[in-house]
Amino acid sequence: MTEIRFSGFGGQGIIRCGLITGKALSLFDKKHATMTQSFGPEARGSACSSQLVVSDERVLYPYITKPGILIAMSQEAYDKYESDLQKDGILIIDEDLVEPKPPRDNIKLYSVQSTRLAEELGNRIIGNLVMLGFFTAVTAVVSPEAMKKALPGLVPERFLDLNIKGFDKGYEVGLQTIGKKTTKTKRKQEITK
Amino acid sequence: MDGDYAIAEGALAAGCRFFGGYPITPSTETAERFSERIPEVGGVFIQMEDELAAMASLIGAVWGGKKAMSVTSGPGFSLMMENLGLAAMMETPLVLANVQRGGPSTGLPTLTGQQDMMQARWGSHGDYEIIALSPDSPQECFDLTIEAFNLSETYRVPTLIMTDECVGHMHEKVVIPPAEEIELVERKWYNGPKEKYMPYAPDSDGIPFMVKAGDGYRFHTTGLTHDERGYPVINAEQQDICVRHMVEKINNNAEKIIRMDEEGTDDPDVVVLSYGITARIAVKAVQGARKKGIKVKNIRLITIWPFPEKRIKELAHKAKAFVVPEINYGQIVLEVERCVSGMAKVIGVPHCGGGVHNPDHILNVIKEAAK
Repeated sequence: MTEIRFSGFGGQGIIRCGLITGKALSLFDKKHATMTQSFGPEARGSACSSQLVVSDERVLYPYITKPGILIAMSQEAYDKYESDLQKDGILIIDEDLVEPKPPRDNIKLYSVQSTRLAEELGNRIIGNLVMLGFFTAVTAVVSPEAMKKALPGLVPERFLDLNIKGFDKGYEVGLQTIGKKTTKTKRKQEITK
Repeated sequence: MDGDYAIAEGALAAGCRFFGGYPITPSTETAERFSERIPEVGGVFIQMEDELAAMASLIGAVWGGKKAMSVTSGPGFSLMMENLGLAAMMETPLVLANVQRGGPSTGLPTLTGQQDMMQARWGSHGDYEIIALSPDSPQECFDLTIEAFNLSETYRVPTLIMTDECVGHMHEKVVIPPAEEIELVERKWYNGPKEKYMPYAPDSDGIPFMVKAGDGYRFHTTGLTHDERGYPVINAEQQDICVRHMVEKINNNAEKIIRMDEEGTDDPDVVVLSYGITARIAVKAVQGARKKGIKVKNIRLITIWPFPEKRIKELAHKAKAFVVPEINYGQIVLEVERCVSGMAKVIGVPHCGGGVHNPDHILNVIKEAAK
């Protein structure tokens, strides 16, 4: 069982991250996934989070207790949720938006300039997709094919290509980060997929 | 999709073509989904001026020939009680979902609770019986909404879906079968001679026929105690007939209506009984108890009202104790206590709302109960 928390501030598409990953896992990767989200006034503007419990069997307890993976796209979210992350967990941050504390308990830290890369691709609104691509590559919890299949219906149709571009960019940077450098042609395939 | 959306989808699959409501957190997503989807199938969505009017609009829509539903939570459920009683008295089939939040009053608009379980049964004044179902997942929100419509039409009774914020806002996979695989119960329409129609004359199965406004039948219906023609008769004799009919049409069919999931040994030390989201949490505690060698039977109520008295009485002879976790200060546990009637210990595991139980807490109570 894997517990994942996506966090950031309201408006960054944090809930959407949980929805996309949950749909990818439960419809296309044959896993069980349950998503819950922070809800109400606290979900708007300040630290916002969506939680995903992933399992090979039916998920009983719907909330996360000790997440193994934390994605933080804002300082406030990082400050609020970092202490929950379990020992040996994976921490993924937007390095332009989060200043991490010194590492603890063998937590693996991965950082990506998700918002900046999204701006370079033309729209910062897809920062969450860059982050999802990066997350997919470094954690391998979900397959990139399933993630891309999950996008239609969860992102506006006219921005589908842009969202896929964002995902691919994040995925590529993620693979580079963990040392599986892709060849140029492979990367090209990745982008055109 | 989330549980709230799944309720709307289940209703549409069941043939619901009228929604009248007054959106309230955490049930708003159901209304939102209806407003988007019901025009696609030629249905009507009306946001009414308040919950009283919402319930009244359903009754009108049903007597106009449609299947109708609404959704609410917390204070909205209280406001709907008056006209829910009217629907019960007029034997009007309709479906109301309550996505429960913590109360009383405005309480915890965004957080979960199971505190309206007794209100579901006794919320409106007077004697009547009602059917209430409790889904534990978005999938069951879909499935049980269809079942709620079927039961409601079968027994001409308002039927409640008693879910909660956690299930309502939880996103999981929902499988929607092809339309031809979904079994639907259609309304028992009257097609005899026009001058002979009586809206409250029981058929051989005890359930009276209905007609549609506009089809040329002339009849009367009222919230007052009435005879078979629907005309007020204000005396103790007619009251006895009227109330008995409303209560017995459900109680006499209770065994047909009641559904529950029962799992584990038939010779238990402890029976864990729960419903809705709490039933999922309880499974974790039951698994933990079995690891410790405790013989546990786990029961998940799907139908809350009518209550499965018979089965609980049977088990009361076998088990040492019943453990009843629920997200309220103790409601269904009282009903279990009544059925067990002193033959075994009955221990509630209350939670005042705002979250779900910690499975370890339930486990500790099971361990204690097994001693």
